[in-house]
Amino acid sequence: MLTNRSKVVVKKEMNFWERMYLPAILSGVVITIKHLLRRKATIKFPEQKREISKVWRGQHVLKRDEHGAERCTACGLCAVACPAEAITMTAAERKKGDEGLFREEKYASVYEINMLRCIFCGLCEEACPKEAIFLTDRIVSTDYERHGFIYGKDKLVEAVDKRIDVTVRQTPEVLEFKKHKLLSHNR
Amino acid sequence: MAKLTIDGVEVEVADGTTILNAARQIGGELVPPAMCYYSSLKETGGKCRVCLVKVAQGSGKDPRPMPKLVASCRTPVADGMVVQNLTSPEVLEARKGVVEFLLLNHPLDCPICDQAGECDLQNLAYEHGASTTRYEEDRRTFEKIDIGDKIKLHMTRCILCYRCTFVADQLTNNRVHGVLGRGDKSEISTYIQKAVDNDFSGNMIDVCPVGALTDKTFRFKSRVWFTKPMDAHRSCTKCSGKVVLWMKGDDVLRVSARKDQYGEVKEYICNECRFDHKSVGDWTVEGPRHIDRHSVISQNHYEKIDLQKLKKEVERQLEFQKGKPLPESNPLLNS
Repeated sequence: MLTNRSKVVVKKEMNFWERMYLPAILSGVVITIKHLLRRKATIKFPEQKREISKVWRGQHVLKRDEHGAERCTACGLCAVACPAEAITMTAAERKKGDEGLFREEKYASVYEINMLRCIFCGLCEEACPKEAIFLTDRIVSTDYERHGFIYGKDKLVEAVDKRIDVTVRQTPEVLEFKKHKLLSHNR
Repeated sequence: MAKLTIDGVEVEVADGTTILNAARQIGGELVPPAMCYYSSLKETGGKCRVCLVKVAQGSGKDPRPMPKLVASCRTPVADGMVVQNLTSPEVLEARKGVVEFLLLNHPLDCPICDQAGECDLQNLAYEHGASTTRYEEDRRTFEKIDIGDKIKLHMTRCILCYRCTFVADQLTNNRVHGVLGRGDKSEISTYIQKAVDNDFSGNMIDVCPVGALTDKTFRFKSRVWFTKPMDAHRSCTKCSGKVVLWMKGDDVLRVSARKDQYGEVKEYICNECRFDHKSVGDWTVEGPRHIDRHSVISQNHYEKIDLQKLKKEVERQLEFQKGKPLPESNPLLNS
């Protein structure tokens, strides 16, 4: 026996009280009413949102720098760190005149995250040497098709005029590290 | 023959062998790293100072220690010599300093650099260097140069090991590039941007320990750790035709010569093999190339292990260690 909650089923004849039917129905109704009056376990999601943790790891964002240029340089460290192998990318060389669009001479022409594979562990964020990828408090929306979950740059890169705030993800340690003048890391 | 001791391990080598090569005959951790020495190129070595070792006893006849640390790639052995590499904190301290010097002007643009993942300087800095630099001045910068239509020179990344000029001297019949300027200002350059179009000029990509000379046909194609290295060969009239294909799916992204465990090419390949045959059909694929398991390239890389060979290697290592204490763990690296 695995638990002490299992009962041996005895198929015996019902007595008069049990055969009366109504008391059993009434006790059922009482249980239903009791549950009606209890606090609900669910919320009405899109209108109402549950409070989430400060360090919640949701949908990724590819950040732009202060001039609006994409920070990602397609170094591949996020993809190699990803335990679910959800990230793929193709690099390309920046053309003359595109300095305002991409920060470094190499950029990701294709950057895809398969949200069905992603386990939201945040290792990509940790591996990124350019402060380009962050996990945000947004929830990945549902879809009926599988291919809808492969997020390309159109969904990942933040809009120039609608920046996504990731200051909560930047712990004091990260900020201290970025402040460090000697590290050419974030120039 | 000369008998010497390196980190407590005794080895007998031919007279005139350098300390570095004697250490390589023992193998394992006690081999000093080398950035400029290249076994298959004559006259290389003595420039980067990474292979510095301490000679605690000059020879059996004259047991005085050498006054300074010596470059092991240039110092010949003597009978009864006692050499300290990992066992000497002085050597480790000096090596840390050398790495800091090499990184002074290095741009550390590894996320962009095509050499990342197979870069000797990256490995060296990771194993021997400090994670910060004390240098506050601006780093020297250069414009990128195309030497020929297949090779790109990033002078900013160069550590001036001179290996590529030795390739030009010894493998090609007409050297058109060299080192201009002196000291901090020195740079690898071609004479008035003259193209390097010799048959074996592509080998300068392979000998370059950093990402200063890179293959333009592979430029930004893929990070090396997403490619699968495969041994392959073809019959070539100019060279041995033995190469490594760096593949992604069925595409050959890059062709390079085969490097040994010290990252050195023994059989150079011609430019035709390197640049002009980017299709699997041109090659006879032998199988996955052996990649050291510590390398980032080894992830998702499966290969057949030769158990007999492995057993022999383990036995050889045990033979050397028998009755001798292992070199102490590196005190500086652990701190």
